[in-house]
Amino acid sequence: MFHREAGTFKTSYAKDMALFPLPIAKGAAAFFLATVAVAIPAAVLTGLMHEYYLTIFTQIFIAIVGALGLNILVGWTGQISIGHAAFMSVGAYTVGNLVTKVPHEIFGGPMPFWLTIPAGGLMAALIGTVVGIPSLRIKGTYLAIATLASQLIIEWIINHTPAISGGAGASIQVPRPTLFGNELKTPMEIYYFTLFFAVVAIVATMNLVRSRIGRAFVAIRDQDIAAEIIGINIFRYKLLSFAISSFYAGVCGVLFAYYSSIANYEAFQINISIDYLAMIIIGGLGSVLGTILGVIFVQLLPVAIREVVTAYGGYVIANPEQMQLDSLLRTLMIWGIPLLVLLAVRRFVSLGFWTRLIVTLLAIVPAAMTALGVLTYLFGSQFANTSALSAMAASLKLIIFGMLIIFFLVVEPEGLARLWRNVRNYFRVWPFSY
Amino acid sequence: MLEELSFIVALIMEGASIGLMYSLIALGFVLIYKATDAINFAQGEFVMLAAYGGAVTLAGSLAGTSYGFILAFLAALVLMIGFSFALERTVLRPLLGRPVIAVIMATIGLAAIFRGLPPITVGASTKTVPLPIPDTPIDLWIHRIPAIDLLGVVVTLLSVAVLTWFFRKSRMGVAMRAVADNQQVAMAMGINVERYFAIAWAMAGIIAALGGIIWGSKLGVDTQLALVGLKVFPVVILGGLDSIAGAVVGGLIVGICESLAAGYLDPYVGGGTKDFAPYVIMIIMLMFKPYGLFGKRKIERI
Repeated sequence: MFHREAGTFKTSYAKDMALFPLPIAKGAAAFFLATVAVAIPAAVLTGLMHEYYLTIFTQIFIAIVGALGLNILVGWTGQISIGHAAFMSVGAYTVGNLVTKVPHEIFGGPMPFWLTIPAGGLMAALIGTVVGIPSLRIKGTYLAIATLASQLIIEWIINHTPAISGGAGASIQVPRPTLFGNELKTPMEIYYFTLFFAVVAIVATMNLVRSRIGRAFVAIRDQDIAAEIIGINIFRYKLLSFAISSFYAGVCGVLFAYYSSIANYEAFQINISIDYLAMIIIGGLGSVLGTILGVIFVQLLPVAIREVVTAYGGYVIANPEQMQLDSLLRTLMIWGIPLLVLLAVRRFVSLGFWTRLIVTLLAIVPAAMTALGVLTYLFGSQFANTSALSAMAASLKLIIFGMLIIFFLVVEPEGLARLWRNVRNYFRVWPFSY
Repeated sequence: MLEELSFIVALIMEGASIGLMYSLIALGFVLIYKATDAINFAQGEFVMLAAYGGAVTLAGSLAGTSYGFILAFLAALVLMIGFSFALERTVLRPLLGRPVIAVIMATIGLAAIFRGLPPITVGASTKTVPLPIPDTPIDLWIHRIPAIDLLGVVVTLLSVAVLTWFFRKSRMGVAMRAVADNQQVAMAMGINVERYFAIAWAMAGIIAALGGIIWGSKLGVDTQLALVGLKVFPVVILGGLDSIAGAVVGGLIVGICESLAAGYLDPYVGGGTKDFAPYVIMIIMLMFKPYGLFGKRKIERI
């Protein structure tokens, strides 16, 4: 039954804090769960979707666990951390050591995942708590620098201790997890494996932040001295936040090690910490939905950039004459002049809504062609080299990431979650304006 | 015994010269924090960008001539001042009054952009900044120090002297201190706060240009150069985030510790203590004296 609520009719705190505040939210959650659990695998099985996309979704699920952990710390508790990836590496190396060093006779094989995942999480939580201790005396800038240092220190220790890193190359092979004696090795099995933990992490976070602990976190974020005055034990809750956050990170690291079959510190360097910060800032600090949106966005962006750069590189290689000046001039004549005319019409002639829309849509093609021509003339030679394309994609990814972080910080500090809420609130009362 | 002593002295001299070169980068960081209360996590990338400016200018037809070097320096200077102005206006000003996390994240975003730019615009290969100084190390009593390090030390000391004079004596410097102390009162006294923010960023740009030329010529210019910026944090935490003298002392401590660790610990742990020791010292400092040796303690009110 489709219906919209016509106002706020909550009469108890329990209702206000309910997991699904609106009836439609339950439906939406069920819909998304059905999409990821049934529709996507079905699309892959029937051949509508390439199996490659399953690994992208798997990476998204793994990153959701880690990003939720970071958001608990940064978004809900207000303690910044630039060392999140280091805690993931702690989880990854814990599972690496457990599956290789615990005698296989005990479990009839490598240690099972239902033990290694909590173990990796707890180990990371322990280290995270130690790293969190300075947060009692310092905050803001100083804490950011301290967590940055702990990232570098943890990385260094792992890298220089053969007992942890497994010696040469600092990487440990991790066998696939087994469930009821079956080795989970196809992309589909790993997909469901990580999906399960992503869902657990999402539900756990939603419940955590509406509990007493979550409210204490928010109080500390908003004003920690005031929180202390109203009786919140800051010492306990800050460390708890670091511990929970690192636990998530540890689990994320274990999942990543299972997914990639290897525990290697190079997958958890400082740029990964910054990627995770980008996820929660773009998605929305202090929002579960925002975290998920941010993770999807940040994980898909490099894929999209790589596709575009490869396609563009192919275009440049196929049309080398596009890099000449006369080709640029021709482009400007063929596409630039119509573009200017359309823009002038749009600007100076008074048009009705639909005519204006049509003119705007008409301008898209010449605008794209002009931009393409100019870009090819300026930078085309950089893309004409197939081997340099992946490096190019990496650089572009960095630039676009940085711009997005700054854009969201300056323009929409609450991120994608806020944009989504704006859209939702608009349609909630649609077609009436209020 | 004498050999042992000269080994220590050599390590200390080497560490001190490197440390003072770290201080040069740290000065830009301190300057911005002192004047605008903003933390610049992109200081290393600033230096890298300046080095690129210098390297690209020098790579032109002027390579090798002495005025080529002057031109390169001017190019780096103009580039950095322009950049700093633009950044202050577009990124940092809208973030005024927002939580410190926002500013930190914005500069981290900037750092990402800066690291992505050079490979696309000028290519990923390592570039050089050849300075008109001798390649051979200069003999200083018992230890030989590369000429570029010596130049770095001189430039650092000069910058410190100029900045100290600026903040102590000049009218502008006093105004900047007033702005840093309390923006509202400074405004009420007729100081154009926004203008002083812009000036502070431009000055940081100048320091970054100096650092970029020197570090770029020492290490070669590529995106790895930005990693020098990570060493700024131990330096400023040791010295105190808002102290110019602290940047010098912190740089000396970090440089000497690094050098001693490399000399005495590396044989036992198999290398790499250089990248590790400064951060351990920093964490210890944060635990016991979070505001550094010369930093100003902030009193919080609700």
